[in-house]
Amino acid sequence: MSSERSQIPSDPGASIPELRVTPDKFVTMRYAGASGDFNPIHIDDEFARSVGLPGRILHGLWTMAQVARAQTEAAGGPEHLKRLSVQFRGMGLPEQEIVVSGTVREANGSRIVIDTVAEQGGNQIIRNAEAEIEP
Amino acid sequence: MPVDTKAVGKTYTPVLYAVGREKIKEYARAVGETNPIHLDVDAARAAGYADVVAPPMFAVVYSAPSVGPPIFDPEIGLNFAMMVHGGQVFEWGPPVVAGDEITTATSVKDISERDGRGYYTFESISTNQRGEQVCRGTWTNIVRGV
Repeated sequence: MSSERSQIPSDPGASIPELRVTPDKFVTMRYAGASGDFNPIHIDDEFARSVGLPGRILHGLWTMAQVARAQTEAAGGPEHLKRLSVQFRGMGLPEQEIVVSGTVREANGSRIVIDTVAEQGGNQIIRNAEAEIEP
Repeated sequence: MPVDTKAVGKTYTPVLYAVGREKIKEYARAVGETNPIHLDVDAARAAGYADVVAPPMFAVVYSAPSVGPPIFDPEIGLNFAMMVHGGQVFEWGPPVVAGDEITTATSVKDISERDGRGYYTFESISTNQRGEQVCRGTWTNIVRGV
């Protein structure tokens, strides 16, 4: 059911196309509604500052969705992404560009394993992420 | 105080989630999806699907109602105020489309402690109305100062 051509290379060390996204000011409100996660650290600046954060922070699972999107867009559709494992570190903030990059680690039978990371302002906000793609 | 591990292996009552077309579209827009199979039923059907297709990370939406109860289970005693989401794994099976009914069962996979932090790992298994496993989630929550 794939309609688009894969841009996932199979040579170890090769890169997948970068995904760049700048979360807008209100993305955490829309994601809260879409996901049901209304933790006030994501939607209330005053509350976020009261617990020592610089302001509202992005939902980690929203950022993970950007890591997933980098794979599915490169692979030509969502059905190619079979597994995604991430570690959340630091925090993502609205209105600053996030760059998701990925490098092929190995082609393992029918699966391609990609080491991937999401960076914002030089900080890795998702690291040690590993995606498995079936081309 | 050491973490209490007696709840390891505990399972919770499965939760049914009915996947709605507009909910998939709302989620897809919130995460910036542009592939029309997530946003337009005609495009999804033209691509061979019965209805709009859930992005893989929509697994969060249909499995979260099942993963909530252990976080607040007094038998586990997880200190929610000190919790951060440390890691997440999803493994996907067949695609989920609008109209599917997904049942998710969650269990306590592991509770451990190192360097003064508690690690609470839950596993969610999500199955569609045909009995196919559409997603397995591994949710690792870290609690500081246990």
